[in-house]
Amino acid sequence: MKNVVEVQNLTKGYKEIKAVDGVNFKVKKGEIFGFLGPNGAGKTTTVRMLTGIIKPDSGKAYILGYNIQKEPLKAKEHLGVVPETSNAYVDLSAWQNLILTADLYGVHKKDAEKRADDLLKEFDLYERRNDKVKGFSKGMKQRLILAMALINDPQLLFLDEPTSGLDVQSSILIRQMLLQLREKGKTILLTTHNLEEANKLCERIAIINKGKIAAIDTPENLKKMIKKLNTIEVTFDGPINVQDLSDIPEIQDIRKTGDKFILNTNNINNLISAVTGYAKSKDVKIVALNTLDPSLEEVFIELTRRS
Amino acid sequence: MLNIYFSQLKRSLAIMKKDILIYYLKGPVIIFGILIPLFLFLAFLTGSKNLSTDFLISGLIGMTMLFTATSVSPVITPWESQMNTLERLMTYPISIYTLILGDILASVLFGALITMVPVIIGLIIGVNIIHPIILIVGIILASLCFSALGLLMATPPTNAPSNVMMISSLIKFPLVFISGIFIPLESMPFWGKAIASFSPLTYFTDLTRYSLGNGSYYPILLDFTVIILFTVIFFALAVKIHKKTLPMRI
Repeated sequence: MKNVVEVQNLTKGYKEIKAVDGVNFKVKKGEIFGFLGPNGAGKTTTVRMLTGIIKPDSGKAYILGYNIQKEPLKAKEHLGVVPETSNAYVDLSAWQNLILTADLYGVHKKDAEKRADDLLKEFDLYERRNDKVKGFSKGMKQRLILAMALINDPQLLFLDEPTSGLDVQSSILIRQMLLQLREKGKTILLTTHNLEEANKLCERIAIINKGKIAAIDTPENLKKMIKKLNTIEVTFDGPINVQDLSDIPEIQDIRKTGDKFILNTNNINNLISAVTGYAKSKDVKIVALNTLDPSLEEVFIELTRRS
Repeated sequence: MLNIYFSQLKRSLAIMKKDILIYYLKGPVIIFGILIPLFLFLAFLTGSKNLSTDFLISGLIGMTMLFTATSVSPVITPWESQMNTLERLMTYPISIYTLILGDILASVLFGALITMVPVIIGLIIGVNIIHPIILIVGIILASLCFSALGLLMATPPTNAPSNVMMISSLIKFPLVFISGIFIPLESMPFWGKAIASFSPLTYFTDLTRYSLGNGSYYPILLDFTVIILFTVIFFALAVKIHKKTLPMRI
């Protein structure tokens, strides 16, 4: 099976608002697929439809070859899900939560105990396995929730904002775990607000806005889509008045970070000439001048503004 | 096909175990389950000294069954929703039947076990159980029936357990007064008997009285049949409505 997720014209509305409007995409086996979008763009609604929690108004979704609306139980057997707003049972221990999850997936008792042991060790929770979850930090809870999603050794993982609001250590641990899972051939659909995270982890990214897919491509190709922005980073050997510099007509946008000026333009050649001319006129030297590709953040802002 | 049913039944048992560990094995829940019917009973006892102990104990058994089997089951779903565990539960490969059956089984166990307390009190104060098998089967069926009623009470798509508690109290307390617990069915006017016939508690109280040797108003077979019928209706309605309202909770 080449595509483990196939989404065809998926639509879902709430009253008069279309939360998801004719969404189409495919997720290939073994890839980490990022799902990016601003708040209220339709990410979570899409994930909820793909995991069988809510039914679409129209359209179809095939998960691991099963139509999620018609055969939800068969599809769910092979899924691991970390919902956006989910919690483990705080009155149970980490171990009890994992075994309960294994029971609900129908995992054989011996396999469940072995996997629970391994996962608790991998997620650095083994020492606290018999403690009630109510005493866990947010990072520990999220690691446990991810461990619960992996107890059935799923082929496909849906992660909705898995590192949102976590401490650095837990975020790094979860990201490392996701890369390891990809190496093991697992497919991951990752919803995130963190563009840097998507940039580092995802093979392909879908940007969704107002319920519609604005673009789907690799992070590098997405950056090329808005190449026309063109940015340069320039450093001078002396003090520069930002107001003076911003008077250069080729500059569309200017910002200063440390001793560097980041300049956006429509015409990179004219801007470089103008900046060198400006340096001469002010009798300062250019220490460094680099052209910059647009960041994923810029791509995101541009694409969501367009759609 | 049988394998699927067996596998889903095992998962219902996992849900039951979860419910017992999280919701039922709490001191206040157990004490509350016993105390509410006991206080109602004592209040009634002080005002009606002409009734026999057998009659009073069968009433206490009926009240305890109703209050315990419907004490926690209505609030589990809104609770899970409020605690953000419901969405996770909905991603597991379990059907809505499995989920509801698991909740019902936990409630059955709790209802049936706590109902044994007034049975034991009755035995201690000298009440004779003439038909123990009928009483045991009745307790099991009634706990299934009232647990299913509890799950039906949980269907309004609110995430505030207090709202559901209020709805369930509005149903439970009138049921106690119309079901022949405080006034024997024989002594009721026609309209009272007609209203009582719509309450499943009437039939459980009737067969409990029969078990304790007081004779029954309805034929025992009718008591069992109506309790089973109510159970099927409550379960089917609970499944149908939960299917619609569960996605509204997340």
